[in-house]
Amino acid sequence: MQKYSNITATIALAKASFRSIMRSPSAVVFTLAFPLIFILIFGFLGGGGTRIDVGITPGSDMNNPVIGMLDKTGMIRLVKNKTKAEFDKLLEKGNVDAMIDVHRKVNSAAYSVNVIYTSASRDKGGILKSVLNNLFYDKTLKPSIAEIKENTITVREYKTIDFILPGQLGFSLLSTGVFGTAFVFLSLRQTLVIKRFFATPVKRSSIVIGEGIARIGFALIGALFIILIGHFFFGFTLVHGVFTVANMLILATLGVIVFMGFGFIISGVAKSESMVPPISNIVTLPQFLLSGTFFSIEAFPTWLQPISRALPLTYLNDAMRKVAFEGMGLWDVKFQIMILLLWGIGIYAVAVKVFKWE
Amino acid sequence: METKKAIITVKDLVKKYDDFVAVQGLSFEVYENEIFGLLGPNGAGKTTTLEIIETLRDKTSGEIIVDGFSVDKNPQEIKQIIGVQLQAAGYYPNLNLIELLELFAGLYGANIKPMEMLEKVNLQDKAKAKYKALSGGQKQRFSIATTLINQPKIIFLDEPTTGLDPQARRNLWDLITEIRNAGTTVVITTHYMDEAEQLCDRVAFVERGQIIALDTPDNLIDKLVNSGFERKKEVKKANLEDVFINLTGKEWRE
Repeated sequence: MQKYSNITATIALAKASFRSIMRSPSAVVFTLAFPLIFILIFGFLGGGGTRIDVGITPGSDMNNPVIGMLDKTGMIRLVKNKTKAEFDKLLEKGNVDAMIDVHRKVNSAAYSVNVIYTSASRDKGGILKSVLNNLFYDKTLKPSIAEIKENTITVREYKTIDFILPGQLGFSLLSTGVFGTAFVFLSLRQTLVIKRFFATPVKRSSIVIGEGIARIGFALIGALFIILIGHFFFGFTLVHGVFTVANMLILATLGVIVFMGFGFIISGVAKSESMVPPISNIVTLPQFLLSGTFFSIEAFPTWLQPISRALPLTYLNDAMRKVAFEGMGLWDVKFQIMILLLWGIGIYAVAVKVFKWE
Repeated sequence: METKKAIITVKDLVKKYDDFVAVQGLSFEVYENEIFGLLGPNGAGKTTTLEIIETLRDKTSGEIIVDGFSVDKNPQEIKQIIGVQLQAAGYYPNLNLIELLELFAGLYGANIKPMEMLEKVNLQDKAKAKYKALSGGQKQRFSIATTLINQPKIIFLDEPTTGLDPQARRNLWDLITEIRNAGTTVVITTHYMDEAEQLCDRVAFVERGQIIALDTPDNLIDKLVNSGFERKKEVKKANLEDVFINLTGKEWRE
């Protein structure tokens, strides 16, 4: 008899599992259809809202009528107390729509208003421009304003898709990892498929690794699909092209492995298949809502933000956005990767305790 | 049997669960190339005994040797030379029969042609079907095909005919006999005494975790008759099952 090969057994399992996943409607729906639908909706919805964020350049005079009037219009939110570097970042992403700098002219009672728009948010810049023009011709203000200087800085365009896609990608990886793993191991255990496997010379590690390879493979194909659709149909930004995609896929792999840990735990805790969806939702829904999938965490109330910052998906989303839009390398997001790894260690420590084979 | 070489030896097997003793001191031998039946009511410890021999369950005490390998020291070696059909086991979801056989070939490290395996159990027409879509008899035959992948010396069949109609049952008997004739030892559990009588070379009766009788079906019947036992109703030359088969035909429907 030839020597028994664990690798052959693992590959056979991975192949079987992959075939099974590809034929499972729920896997395909959660991994591809849901994220794509959200991308479509947000891709066509665009930015929305007419609040304009205007940064006040550090060093600007604060006690002048111009800024006071801007504040009163109600549609302009003034952003203060940030450094120049921080403002540059915000301008680049269009999180701040323009910068304003007001100075008293030398030897004059009048003010000089210096406005910088950003190409990342041309439409809002346009609104601000007309607001400023109105002010300029306002009777009460006119005598005190000498001039308005306007400039536009050109930056890479930060589109809605650049925010939405990484979030949806993260969510897709989360649901594939959690739901898929939990369902498969619970049903393999309950239908005695695993028991039948144990009657063959296969090792337990081969079963877990084979299953893992299949799920990671499936998740990466899904991720690639989402990235490519986003890039070619909605102009998703990939700063360094293929290199960026490769980095995103590496992050995706790390993400799925961590999230699969939740799945192993759930498969051990759940007593029946009908218990899998509620428990899985307890894990996925808060992350779906709070991890910056749809909205930037900064938009949440301050008491909620610490919760967001405790969740692993937050860091995956964050790392994905930095890699995709800001063109960072994996080393630049080492902090996010480290948090994910810490989560991974914690989750698998629990999984080893609660996972059941029979 | 002229050559009575034991291929399985079970000695003083005991299995205790928390609060009850499932198997208490079983000893028996299975000879090479026979069909050996484990008979007894539900909960008597038949399945537990099988699963311990199959290395799927730990024993509390006792000794088991399978073809020279000890279940304690060489479980991996035993797994390579046995084929196991579990009571009510399912198969990997969403795969067709060919793909399932490929999976098992990988798990056993065996080189097989899935189609030839299906031909052995007469399921070649169902190659692309899912396991769930098979009839009861087809499911059992497929399960038996998966036990043959590693060309085992022994196969274990746990209640393979439960729930099958008379035709499917007879069809499975033929298959099991064929497998034995090809040189494989078969260990089988069943609730049907007519089946044990027709199929098994030797049977062991298990009751409350102990063997209460072990012999060829003929000897066991003779012993009972010699003790003065008589059936209440005189036996006719045919029974109702013969009528059923005669009326509905021998060939087996899917």
